[in-house]
Amino acid sequence: MAVAAPPRSLTIAVIGNPNTGKSTLFSALTGVHTRIGNYPGVTVEKKVGCIDHEGTVLNLVDLPGTYSLSPRSLDEMVSVDVLLGRQLDVGKIDAVLCIVDASNLERNLYVTSQVLDVGLPTVLVLNMWDVAEERGIKIDVATLSQRLGIPVLTCEAHKRTNIAAIKSALVDAAHQPQRNSLRLFPEEFYREVDLLRTQTTVDKNVLPQFLLERLLLDAGGYVEEWQTKQRSAELPAQLAAARDRLKAAGCKIPAVEAKVRYAWARQLLTGVVQQPVQRPVTKSDKLDKFFTHKFWGLVVFCLVMLAMFLSIYIGADPLMSMLETGQNAIGDAVGSWIPDGPFRSLVVDGVIAGIGGVVVFVPQIALLFLFIAILEDCGYLARAAFLMDKLMVKVGLSGKSFVPLMSSFACAIPGIMATRVIENRRDRFVTILVAPLMSCSARLPVYALLIGAFIPGIWYGALQGLTLFLMTFLGAVVAIPVAWILKKTFFKGETPPFVMELPSYKWPSPRIVLSRVYDRVKSFIVRAGTLIFATNVLVWALAYYPGDHAEEERLQAEVEVRQEQLAAIRLQNQAANNETRGATPPEVAAVEAAQDAANRESQRLLEVSYLGRAGKAMEPVFLPLGWDWRIGVGVLASFPAREVIVSTLGTIYSLGSDVDEENEGLRSALRSATWPDGRPIYTIPVALSVMVFFALCAQCASTLMIIRRETAHWGWAAFTFVYMTVLAYVGAWLTYNIGTWWF
Amino acid sequence: MITLNELAVGQTGVIRDVRGDDGISARLLEMGLTEDEPITLLGAAPLGDPLEFSLRGYRLSLRRSEAERVDVELTE
Repeated sequence: MAVAAPPRSLTIAVIGNPNTGKSTLFSALTGVHTRIGNYPGVTVEKKVGCIDHEGTVLNLVDLPGTYSLSPRSLDEMVSVDVLLGRQLDVGKIDAVLCIVDASNLERNLYVTSQVLDVGLPTVLVLNMWDVAEERGIKIDVATLSQRLGIPVLTCEAHKRTNIAAIKSALVDAAHQPQRNSLRLFPEEFYREVDLLRTQTTVDKNVLPQFLLERLLLDAGGYVEEWQTKQRSAELPAQLAAARDRLKAAGCKIPAVEAKVRYAWARQLLTGVVQQPVQRPVTKSDKLDKFFTHKFWGLVVFCLVMLAMFLSIYIGADPLMSMLETGQNAIGDAVGSWIPDGPFRSLVVDGVIAGIGGVVVFVPQIALLFLFIAILEDCGYLARAAFLMDKLMVKVGLSGKSFVPLMSSFACAIPGIMATRVIENRRDRFVTILVAPLMSCSARLPVYALLIGAFIPGIWYGALQGLTLFLMTFLGAVVAIPVAWILKKTFFKGETPPFVMELPSYKWPSPRIVLSRVYDRVKSFIVRAGTLIFATNVLVWALAYYPGDHAEEERLQAEVEVRQEQLAAIRLQNQAANNETRGATPPEVAAVEAAQDAANRESQRLLEVSYLGRAGKAMEPVFLPLGWDWRIGVGVLASFPAREVIVSTLGTIYSLGSDVDEENEGLRSALRSATWPDGRPIYTIPVALSVMVFFALCAQCASTLMIIRRETAHWGWAAFTFVYMTVLAYVGAWLTYNIGTWWF
Repeated sequence: MITLNELAVGQTGVIRDVRGDDGISARLLEMGLTEDEPITLLGAAPLGDPLEFSLRGYRLSLRRSEAERVDVELTE
């Protein structure tokens, strides 16, 4: 060919069973040129990667790992639509890359046979070749390729072997004509399909062969449901009649599909695959004897979960403190360049604090994602689900929900994102909606403050510890009836199958694990980040305006001046007397008096701000819970992010906003807070009711944002907010009233 | 003939039938629990449920309620 053709663009679909190393292969093929998005209207992740191979552009579409192309939901239908070229935002598929686990060929070939039925040019990749060798499995690739009539390549994706050959094979395959389907079923079946075609054709609108076959085979499946709605209400009856006829002819639906496809796979592999008669005990088997053991399995499991939590507190905490210090330093530095006024406050307290509010999450989230990604990649996550399933079934979920909910005890964000491993949509949604009830680490400062101030330290602090324990698990206990109700109302349906493969253990691939962590953290920052930032600025504005802050700024400046004077005096004293003696009391008192004046002014401004006014106006709403408007303001301000309550209470009680939950000044301020008639505000029932409110309320804009992302709809995020706020209010009300009656 | 959940640990049965026509039974068939296929019980989770099986060269876990749908014949 003398004329150079313009670079062709080919679309390749990548499909295979879960646990075949598909993601590893996909990233080995596409490198960093991957875009992750969403198919419209479903929660399925759309992953498209781009390769340039010798002048041809290959667009790889990664379909979710699946054991079969028999769609039972809209989410599962997406893969079928993509393959049939019916997914508009993907377009026509030029070739299919079918990836299988070389050590587990027979079961893997089930979905391969369905893919071959679709009729597209296909390339088969036998991945995990090293695992097969370790098991003593020998495969005659050439004969296999000849029998199938398609190119077959071997691969060890994590070692990136044979990648270039796979790319070439894909390009060549795309130039092949469409294939014939395998036609594995008995003739009666195809006759019924032809009959179905005439019955369902409306206005020359014919369903493709593949969908007609699915319609007949998947009793109660998605295609039947969809077509009944779209075409004819008689369809179920017609299908039932067809299935009865086939059953009478010895062709029982759906068993016949499994029978013919597995028979085909077995025959295909006869003489091609040689494996030892007695499956050798692999390292993986030995590990499993231990990890799924009745006793040791549970021990290991508890240790793994414990390690996950400890790593957050040991690993993430120092990083988070560093980030907070950094944020304050930056805030101070930037603040010093800007003249006093609302702009300065906006930048320091609104923008920088807003960004800080996003960034401070990152160490915790990254660490949790890392843990979850490692567990998933090495295969342990399936064992965790296996061990915990019975317990989870008792609360209406399945074992696969355990690790996501467990992670939510540290932070709901990675927990909710981890629900992607739950294939069943109903279970996944219910898990997502109750995850925020798990007492996350951001609630601890509130508990610590109130328990420290109001729960007596009797029995060597055991009572305080017990209260903390109860508060932490309150959410989880409440989650049980909530999950039950959700399953009975919004998420009715058949119990999903737990049928789950226990994949062989493998060393987690650092590349895959780290890229997964990176993707998720990036996704969090970009999506949730903008919202958290915006809400922080909004709350800042509501707490700042409409008061005139000139007096506050003057007082604050005076404080700084006096502090500098104090420091200078101390320096002088040191140099003069060589003693580390502080300044004389009058100077210290002057600084403190100035600080007090500044704090009182801040408090006054907060009272007249929109937020303060809202708190006061809403006092009737807070009174049944035993709260006054100040607590109300604190609670309102912490809707975007719960930790804010501590510093807001600090401002409200004119201690300045730099306080933390250990601050004695804040604790005593709370203890001495009174109603206008002198009664103390914070009795034990009130303290408990505030804690219960925080335990049950969705005060985290980031979590709501992630829920919106994972459920592909604003509705569920709004629903979570509403139901949890109602639950929190009722819970707080009950706690207060029962508490006052009791104590 | 017994049901799959009645197998003893280490025992192998040959599958005769998978009852039911809902998503769970369809899934059992897809995963290879077809007629004449041998399946071995490897063990159970600490709380007694789910069960772990070996078939077609891989490991599968099923709840007892799911395994109950499968009729097996003991080979010995």
